[in-house]
Amino acid sequence: MRDVAIIGVGMTKWGELWEKSLRSVFVESALLAIQDAGVDRIDSMVIGCMSSGLFIGQEHLSSLLSDYLGRNPVPASRVESACSSGGLALRQGFIEVASGMSDIVLVGGVEKMTDVTGCEATFALGTAADQEYESYHGLTFPGLYAMMAVAHMHKYGTTREQLAMVAVKNHDNGSKNPLAQFPFKITVEAVINSVLVADPLRILDCSPITDGAAAVILCPADKAKAFKKPFVRISGSGQATDTIALSSRNDIAWLESTHIAASKALSMAGRKIGDIDLFEVHDCFTIAEIMITEALGLVPKGQGGKAVAEGLTARNGKFPVNTSGGLKAKGHPVGATGVAQAVEIVKQLRGEAGERQIKNAKRGLAQNMGGTGGSALVHVFEAE
Amino acid sequence: MPTPSRNWREIPQRYRLEAGKCQGCHYICFPPRLVCPRCGGREFVPTKLAESGKLITYTIIRVPPEPFEDQAPYAVGIAELDDGVRLTAQVVDCDFAALQVGMRVKIEFRKISEEGNAGVIAYGYKFIPE
Repeated sequence: MRDVAIIGVGMTKWGELWEKSLRSVFVESALLAIQDAGVDRIDSMVIGCMSSGLFIGQEHLSSLLSDYLGRNPVPASRVESACSSGGLALRQGFIEVASGMSDIVLVGGVEKMTDVTGCEATFALGTAADQEYESYHGLTFPGLYAMMAVAHMHKYGTTREQLAMVAVKNHDNGSKNPLAQFPFKITVEAVINSVLVADPLRILDCSPITDGAAAVILCPADKAKAFKKPFVRISGSGQATDTIALSSRNDIAWLESTHIAASKALSMAGRKIGDIDLFEVHDCFTIAEIMITEALGLVPKGQGGKAVAEGLTARNGKFPVNTSGGLKAKGHPVGATGVAQAVEIVKQLRGEAGERQIKNAKRGLAQNMGGTGGSALVHVFEAE
Repeated sequence: MPTPSRNWREIPQRYRLEAGKCQGCHYICFPPRLVCPRCGGREFVPTKLAESGKLITYTIIRVPPEPFEDQAPYAVGIAELDDGVRLTAQVVDCDFAALQVGMRVKIEFRKISEEGNAGVIAYGYKFIPE
């Protein structure tokens, strides 16, 4: 296997982009990544997108997007693993370069979510759950994570305020990210007084509906040196699955797929979790980030709530989590999220993260998951 | 709108709580499966789920998906039945404030949702406090 580098990243401002179509949102980010890398050719494209079929009635994205990027007839693949489609695209691109099959691969993620009503978007996102045995009974994604929150609070004593502190921290980080959908701070009081979505989760515990895309350019690490720019190596990649029905899990308050994917990625990189300087994780709901910090091994089981309350995961804490603002403040165009996590880590490792820069950051880890953890992707990145 | 076969084929599980008991390790699969997730066994005998158990978690859905718009707010939970099987269903005929982890519930057969003007009515199981 060859070592794989990221030599370019691209992302535009996320939000409710009424004036832009899925194809234009994607092409804008892809062009930025191509420009950043300074490449004159692409050998292949991999695109993560969860549900363009339900959101805009369009499948066959692979060819549509290579066409609109002006890259036909390059091979293009669209991959799907619910909200971890972007992380999966990164892994597939990584495998393609590592194997020697292609040299320059564009990995993109995209979702256009605001062309449907809120109710229809709730339905589309709900397809990541078990349609016959969860969604059939009226469950939604906030509802599933709310049940995980109730189980976590019951088992470990995690508090309503601790959940809110995740959102407050991530909005504080997002306030320093000009590309974030919601680049402003919020308070614990605002979170715990916001409207209920699925008890105990309130609207400010939930990541938003977002239009957006992100892209990175991969190439073999030995060829990356020719581009004379600082590059970032993907030193580890891990992937795991779990039951998509929450009721089939042994422990509803634990993310086993994330735990396994992280162990695999760290093992490939030859690193321990304590070697990592910053983390981008899948905080689709506040409870998710608390459970992820436990599954990654940043804190013992049940201590995720306490960790955020004590500032362990703050920008100036021991383990900075979601310096980009996370899904909560940056936005969550589901298929784009996993790729955008890589964009943030590359910016941090190149020292280009502006006001939210973590000093001397050398290694980062991204964790992206689908559904309630039915799929998980973890990547480790290192500055070269 | 899906064809009625989509609901029809699930009737044994949804109307009669039919599960499959693995002949290798005695794990009860609900819904029934072709391969046992515990031991890889392929031999099952039909078995009926226990009709009561206890809630292990719950929530109240305030923002519903489309087919449930006229029902919100409504409670949903996961119960561990007395045979050890866990399943997800709405919790009805209850005071939301009285819901708690560990609460005893039993299963009743109820209407779940309607697909709209020309669609079928979906039925299945719900939990009610014991």
